[in-house]
Amino acid sequence: MENTSPASASSSRPLATPPRVARQDDTAALPTLIDVKGLDFYYGAKQALFDINIAIPDRRVTAFIGPSGCGKSTLLRCLNRMNDLIDGTAVKRGEIKIRDIDIYGPSVDPIELRKRVGMVFQKSNPFPKSIYENIIYGLRIQGVKSKTKLDEVVEKSLRGAALWDEVKDRLHESGLSLSGGQQQRLCIARTIAVAPEVILMDEPCSALDPIATAKVEELIHELKKQFTIIIVTHSMQQAARCSDRTAFFYMGKLIEFDETHNIFMNPKNPQTEAYVSGRFG
Amino acid sequence: MKRYFDSELETFRSDLLRMGEVAVRQVRDALQALVTGDVKLAERVIAADDELDDLEKAIDTEAIRYMNLRAPVATELRLVIVGMKASHDLERVGDEATNIAKRAIRLAGEPPLKPYVDIPRMATISIEMLRAALDCFIHADSAKAIEVVKRDLEVDAINRQLYRELSSYMVEQPGTITRALELMFISKSLERIADHATNIAEETVFLSDAQDIRHEQSLKKSGLTT
Repeated sequence: MENTSPASASSSRPLATPPRVARQDDTAALPTLIDVKGLDFYYGAKQALFDINIAIPDRRVTAFIGPSGCGKSTLLRCLNRMNDLIDGTAVKRGEIKIRDIDIYGPSVDPIELRKRVGMVFQKSNPFPKSIYENIIYGLRIQGVKSKTKLDEVVEKSLRGAALWDEVKDRLHESGLSLSGGQQQRLCIARTIAVAPEVILMDEPCSALDPIATAKVEELIHELKKQFTIIIVTHSMQQAARCSDRTAFFYMGKLIEFDETHNIFMNPKNPQTEAYVSGRFG
Repeated sequence: MKRYFDSELETFRSDLLRMGEVAVRQVRDALQALVTGDVKLAERVIAADDELDDLEKAIDTEAIRYMNLRAPVATELRLVIVGMKASHDLERVGDEATNIAKRAIRLAGEPPLKPYVDIPRMATISIEMLRAALDCFIHADSAKAIEVVKRDLEVDAINRQLYRELSSYMVEQPGTITRALELMFISKSLERIADHATNIAEETVFLSDAQDIRHEQSLKKSGLTT
């Protein structure tokens, strides 16, 4: 049958079912972008992460869920070494590799790393500058001066963050004049302006109303074509809607990591089941 | 941690089990009415079918409300989905029991075609399958549920055998055609009841393991060798 032409195949088997195509959230065979192995992390004497092993797939959305203090944001901040900025923190064991490069290795510049691994926070934090200047802030620091290049990046980033149509006529107004949801999308635009590989989102919608949340979720769905996204969320429904894979953390440990459908349909661990069903505690 | 709406799920489960009990009772009574020629009992079976219809609607209403308002996931989501399907199966079991009861009334005035052996045996197996499927549901026992699925072939075999036997009666003695046909339909009803018990057992496997084992012929056939 393999060698028959499409025309003869369709005439001989008019009712043949079309070949099954992999679902979009089928992450089983995806290449790993971020590989965390045996990670122990401390805030001073207090251990916050215990032996974390997780392989984050490239250009998919991975959700980190778990109760407050479970370590999900700590792990997120390990991925672009944001924790370096807090005194007394240390990775005491294990490694994190992004494209096979150990990001805690001596040759890695954390500033360069953070260009590749951008971050969006819970509370939108535009700089007290114009919308335009917010977007090109990173490029200015990198020394880009060409007006054409900067204009191009502003439009591309704002379009990428689904904000262009709303702000194109007021690019020189303050970023702080935007609504909460627009500010959050401005921060996403600022993040993608420096062309990172990974976008970390730490509860990006927890301060937004449902409409602004829906816009950010739509955006996440678009962005995953180009970027690897990791989202920390307290909204189980958000994790279910947006992510391809979900990791459940509890008390500094990774309890379960699987395709999102499995986590919400048939979790293997009773703690995961209790948490996603809202029976925890 | 118990949640304030957990009692809703408990009611849902107990409604479903109540429905299972009623369905089993209906099949048992319909058979009793047939074998003993008890018209009054057959009429009671027919009248009691409304109870199953009402329970099916109540279970569906509650399942839809729960999905709408409580956004269940994981085991709870599977329970609600399986509950809707199983209640439909139990309602169909009730309909088959009613069919048997109606035929029992018609046969009550006639001399028996032959002693009742195979039909009560089918009924016994079907009722055992129903009870076992409901037990599996309560205890989330998927291993036992698979045993129920395998037993369906026993009922199918008796049904086929009765079909052949009753066909010969009709050919040899045309005077038996009416009675033989009634018995054939009763046999078919019991075969359908066993199918519904099989469905419930399969649904139970989905409830406990999130695995869809429907239409897996190899699973049933493996029952022949055991």
